[in-house]
Amino acid sequence: MLTDLTIAQAQTGLRAKQFTAEELTEAHLRGIGTLNPRLNAFLTVTAEQAREQAKAADAAIAKGDIRPLTGIPLAIKDLFCTKGVRTTAASMILSPFVPPYESTVTANLLRDGAVFVGKTNLDEFAMGSSNMSSAFGPVENPWKRRQDQNAVLVPGGSSGGSAAAVSARLAMGATGTDTGGSIRQPASFCGLVGVKPSYGRCSRWGVVAFASSLDHPGPFARTVQDSAILLRSMASHDPKDSTSADRSVPDYEAACKRGVKGLRIGVPREYRVDGMPAEIEALWEQGVQWLRDAGAEIVDVSLPHTKYGLATYYIVAPAEASSNLARYDGVRFGQRQDGGDLTEMYSNTRAAGFGAEVRRRIMIGTYVLSAGYYDAYYLRAQKVRALILRDFHEAFQKVDALITPTTPSAAFAQGEKMDDPVQMYLNDLFTVGANLAGVPATSVPAGLDSNGLPLGLQIIGKPFDEETVFAVSAEIERAAGFTALPQIRAGA
Amino acid sequence: MAYAIEGATGPWEVVVGLEVHAQVISESKLFSGSSAAFGAEPNTHVSFIDAGFPGMLPVINRACVAQAVRTGLGLNAEIHKVSRFDRKNYFYADMPQGYQISQFEHPIVGTGIVEVELSDGSVKRIGVTRLHLEQDAGKSLHDQHPTKTFVDLNRSGVPLMEIVSEPDIRSPEEAGAYLRKLRSILRYLGTCDGNMEEGSMRADVNVSVRKAGEPYRTRCEVKNVNSIRFVMQAIEAEAARQVEVWESGGEVKQETRLFDPNRGVTRSMRSKEDAHDYRYFPEPDLLPLVLEQNWIDALKAALPELPDAKKARFRSEYGLTAYDAAVLVAEKATADFFEAVAKGRDPKIAANWVTGDFFAALNRTGKTIETSPVSAANLGALLDLMANNTINGRIAKDVFEAMVETGKDPAEIVEEKGLKQVTDTGAIDAAVDAIIAANADKVAEYRSGKDKLFGFFVGQTMKAMGGKGNPALINETLKRRLS
Repeated sequence: MLTDLTIAQAQTGLRAKQFTAEELTEAHLRGIGTLNPRLNAFLTVTAEQAREQAKAADAAIAKGDIRPLTGIPLAIKDLFCTKGVRTTAASMILSPFVPPYESTVTANLLRDGAVFVGKTNLDEFAMGSSNMSSAFGPVENPWKRRQDQNAVLVPGGSSGGSAAAVSARLAMGATGTDTGGSIRQPASFCGLVGVKPSYGRCSRWGVVAFASSLDHPGPFARTVQDSAILLRSMASHDPKDSTSADRSVPDYEAACKRGVKGLRIGVPREYRVDGMPAEIEALWEQGVQWLRDAGAEIVDVSLPHTKYGLATYYIVAPAEASSNLARYDGVRFGQRQDGGDLTEMYSNTRAAGFGAEVRRRIMIGTYVLSAGYYDAYYLRAQKVRALILRDFHEAFQKVDALITPTTPSAAFAQGEKMDDPVQMYLNDLFTVGANLAGVPATSVPAGLDSNGLPLGLQIIGKPFDEETVFAVSAEIERAAGFTALPQIRAGA
Repeated sequence: MAYAIEGATGPWEVVVGLEVHAQVISESKLFSGSSAAFGAEPNTHVSFIDAGFPGMLPVINRACVAQAVRTGLGLNAEIHKVSRFDRKNYFYADMPQGYQISQFEHPIVGTGIVEVELSDGSVKRIGVTRLHLEQDAGKSLHDQHPTKTFVDLNRSGVPLMEIVSEPDIRSPEEAGAYLRKLRSILRYLGTCDGNMEEGSMRADVNVSVRKAGEPYRTRCEVKNVNSIRFVMQAIEAEAARQVEVWESGGEVKQETRLFDPNRGVTRSMRSKEDAHDYRYFPEPDLLPLVLEQNWIDALKAALPELPDAKKARFRSEYGLTAYDAAVLVAEKATADFFEAVAKGRDPKIAANWVTGDFFAALNRTGKTIETSPVSAANLGALLDLMANNTINGRIAKDVFEAMVETGKDPAEIVEEKGLKQVTDTGAIDAAVDAIIAANADKVAEYRSGKDKLFGFFVGQTMKAMGGKGNPALINETLKRRLS
């Protein structure tokens, strides 16, 4: 099956002319045609554009002009602005919006020859951990519980559509964005590798903003090597994003082969939280053992402010979001609801255009920035954020990388955890720290829970040291030998 | 005497602080590459950043930062090597992002000083609290359609400097002098054109009143005043209103007011209770602005001579009076014009002509230095014609008027009109003889001691010679013949 190939395998096959880029793209489009009505992973399928890009890829291959992603079908989270292709952020308010520009990250992928098969579903404005807050309906996780085949599971969020698409073999890789875990948690839920690089590694230009200081574009793939190939293309120094890092992009693929011999790997004791399921804890122990067996030195470390991470995140992120989303006012683009005067037009537009979770976060964010509350919430959160950053800095004096579970549970079913937003926020428990600190982190599939659902381990590294993170991730991948497949997938 | 408002309970001191919004002279906007030029067709200078499109990010314009630093240096102010941008959040149809990017807690420029000259000859130092960079909003046009408002985003993102003064100003005159001086410094630096009519400079005026020796009382802010004259009128009107409120047993409430220049009064715009909560927080899309000392030093080294320094130089180098020097340096264009005229000539004569006949001609014809029909080179040439006795002072005035009318160079006018001074002693002798012969009675009076008549003979001779006689030769000849 062409759809079962990894990106690395497809590159080889295309070069060897075992198949064409058009065939590769058609195989994925067929999968989308069959499965997307059920999974709802794509909000927009760009079949025609994909066919043209594939044709161009074949022409380039014929001329010997082969770039890193020539002919590789990818899915793009519908938070990345794509020129001439509707970009919704899964929100009604942007439902008619067609950007006249291409985000830097997607432009980089196109430069490297990628084929875009479509725009993927997400939690509205990337706010959520289940993809349930999309204005265009939830996404089904391609994985099923062994004991409960009827339960429809969530793919995680916010990049749920991207995760479901790559997991179900509807694309060979995908872009995501990770603000508090929005790549790593769905990667863990869908048995994928997800990479949140260092803050500044991938440009945010052209990505619909949720929380500017926390938003990190990054890739999804089915192998560590594939994710390394994708990140190398996506990453760049972008003068249009003032927070983009002026650093050269290393060869991440090569770093995957380094091994972990001699590396010092930290196990942060504060991540051992009360009520953690035994199988998560066991998997974590297993991961530690794999690295020890491969020659790494395991070090017990402390990140003392971990317990404040979630609270800090849920102040900083909504604060920035409340301001970032002010531009959706119905005046210049997107959907407008008329009103008797300007204020009424704003109220009508934003009430009709934003879903409940987005409205909740705008209100939280507005509140924590308000006069009289700013010092107690926003300012204090910024101070705690500095302490969390210091925790990581100090830990990285002692170790080269950290290993933790990615999530406190495997994928849950649609409808579960929906009554209490705080329960939903707990999904981000292990992931928000890396966003607050801006350090690189991956989730690597490491095993299955008792229901046969994938579980991921998280590798966290030093700022801009994605190479070590890839090396450790590749070792986990090698040791885990994760071969399980989702029940719902192209060609199954 | 210090300025005061005379109330029923005696004199009230007026306390004023000014917040001046000055548009930075810059090719492009503060955070985007679109043109910052004034007066284009609506919505033609708008990038996706200026229009607040999804995913668009600001990038600070280095040239605007340099302008702010140069202005800070020109105001003798402290330059902050680390400053930061903040978001000021509020909704308005012409503010596309839903926030204005400004500098709230950490401005690029700190405290400075502006010295102003007052009409009584005294000099007052007015403190500058801070200068910060911020972006302008767009413009709402409410008169284009019966039920709709149109939005022009050309101004959206245009760079502004907000220059905040200390509450050191004590009279409308001081406020006017401060604004004129500030405008002069900005124009010298080339950091703001200072055109208040076009809105590239506007002021928010904070006014309070108090009895001598009291701490500050509640102030009101009069927003968006767009001429120096209106600022001065607004202070007077607002101070008088506050005195009346206090004296009638009321209490001045902190609020934002607007000045109505037609009625000469201020009226309430919004009270403190209705004030926006701007929810300022650090702009996460921009890193802190960090300046290197050698960059600041280079900007400092390249600063032009500023009004105070130029004034001192005009006094020492050209021996001008304090008054003439102050008049000449107020506008850089005037100072440059004067220096071009004075170069290689008698500076005092040059100053007299520039501040006298030349300014009068500009006033009369409604022209400016830039549009003046008389160039500095031509005015200089006119002075040369006097110095080398080609024409006399009286003819020079006529030649100057012809220059104002035609823009021609003075030698050409003198030639055309045959105004060349007569230095031929024969012609002067003949004219003097004729005048003496025709005024035998006056000659007798003069000779009997009525010295004042000498002027009469000079005038008559000059008149007879059509004004072209060399005055020195006429004097000399008359003295000889009448003695």
